[in-house]
Amino acid sequence: MTLQSLLETPLPDLSVLPSLSVLRGVAVTALGVVAVVTGALVFRVDSMARATYLLAASFVAVGAAVVALHLDYVGVVVVLMMLMEMAVMGVFMVMLMGMNPALMPMSMVHSNRRALVAAGASFVVLTVGILLVEWPTRATAAPDGSAGSTEGGATTYSLGDALMGDHMLVMMVVSPVMLATIVAGVVLAQASGRYERLGDDLKGARR
Amino acid sequence: MGDVVQVAAPWVLLAAVLLGVAALGVTALDGALAARAAGRPASVGAQHPLVETARLLRQRRRTTVAADTLLRHVAVGGFAVAPLLMVAVVPLGEWVLADASVGVVWFNAVDVLVWVLVWLAGWGPNAAWSLTGGYRFLAQAMAYELPLMFSLTAPALAAGSLRVGDVAAAQSGAAGAGLPYVVWMPVAFVVYCTGVLAFSVRGPLSPAGGPATSGGVLAELSGVDRLLVLAGRAGLLVAGAAFAVPLFLGGGSGPLLPGWLWVLVKTALLAAALVVVRRKLPDVRPDRFLALGWSVLLPAALLQLLLVSVVVVVRS
Repeated sequence: MTLQSLLETPLPDLSVLPSLSVLRGVAVTALGVVAVVTGALVFRVDSMARATYLLAASFVAVGAAVVALHLDYVGVVVVLMMLMEMAVMGVFMVMLMGMNPALMPMSMVHSNRRALVAAGASFVVLTVGILLVEWPTRATAAPDGSAGSTEGGATTYSLGDALMGDHMLVMMVVSPVMLATIVAGVVLAQASGRYERLGDDLKGARR
Repeated sequence: MGDVVQVAAPWVLLAAVLLGVAALGVTALDGALAARAAGRPASVGAQHPLVETARLLRQRRRTTVAADTLLRHVAVGGFAVAPLLMVAVVPLGEWVLADASVGVVWFNAVDVLVWVLVWLAGWGPNAAWSLTGGYRFLAQAMAYELPLMFSLTAPALAAGSLRVGDVAAAQSGAAGAGLPYVVWMPVAFVVYCTGVLAFSVRGPLSPAGGPATSGGVLAELSGVDRLLVLAGRAGLLVAGAAFAVPLFLGGGSGPLLPGWLWVLVKTALLAAALVVVRRKLPDVRPDRFLALGWSVLLPAALLQLLLVSVVVVVRS
């Protein structure tokens, strides 16, 4: 058997299995459980680093669940953004907990009673919302098992359309403006930048 | 387009072997160049990775007081897995492990995972130099990540797809006139390569593990842990080079040789070039690199993206 024929041994055609959508359902549920458990563990550990990265793990599980719901792009972007955000947040968490040294073991909870009430209330509101909302039916066919199809992209497109609608153009114009603002902010804030060296009017002597 | 075949999962073993051999190759090349620069025979330096592997495999793991062992294990394991996750979406000729519809974004997500891994490797041992190395990497990451993202966007935009196979196919198709994207996106390619040098945690653009911090994140790692991290960072360099092949270098297209061999040859050449270039660059402090990243690389990548957008609009 040559390498080529071995490599191209046809895979079992998963699209004919009726259970694939069931598997997807199981995957979404399991990932949801992982997200909740790791999210809860955030408050059980005694280290800022562990708390931060458990939260990251929780978000990664959410991203994977979103991928399992056919929103490949959104799911992978959730993973990307959350890993990045948590890596940066970890730095700030450790830095800002100076009164309560984050380099040492510390409790992750405070104001327990109020927190419990707030958490319970938001859980009830969200659950009731999920159960009462009339969910729309899928406009595009489920892309189960069709590896080469662009249906996943279609789902992402229709989600974006549903969320933004007519405002899509506005959002697309706003986002480069926001990026430019961030870049300008970093350039201005930079310690070794010319504004720092020459003053706000750029006329000062070199410091 | 999209004429790549997704192969069965067990082939990941072949990918791991190829990645391991290539990682050994770039480390040997690096060792040989270093030995020659120090006036010793190059062959001694080339053997260094094998000697070091044998030494680390026998070395007992050294631990520090109050170390966060769990997070260190996550970091060390992650270093071994991350390069594999990257090459999983790279087509080897006509075969690919995961024909993901958003492969380009996937690669980007894994290179962000490196942030997490380096910081955790720095945090884990509960030691000053390690921690400093981890923080320095994040400061550096701020500088290279955004330009890297925009440089990844350019080929995807030109090909009109985030599927890595489609991007490769678009360069050999009639629409691409057979020109690899590196020809008309040289700026994006250079920015991308800068990103690869930065996230492979070695050399002047990666102060996380350099001599300025006494080894930084590597300072307290020993035994198998150290071996996996060293292998992982070599693997990241190779994976970065491998991903550039479908994105900028025309994938498996080329005369005479079959596609899969072209992918391997191009990957090896680019990885070797990166190793050579890496040795020529001066050390850059993270805050200085931030200025370079945000006031040179980022605008350059955005201008490149603008050019590509105009070409795409005019062509359609």
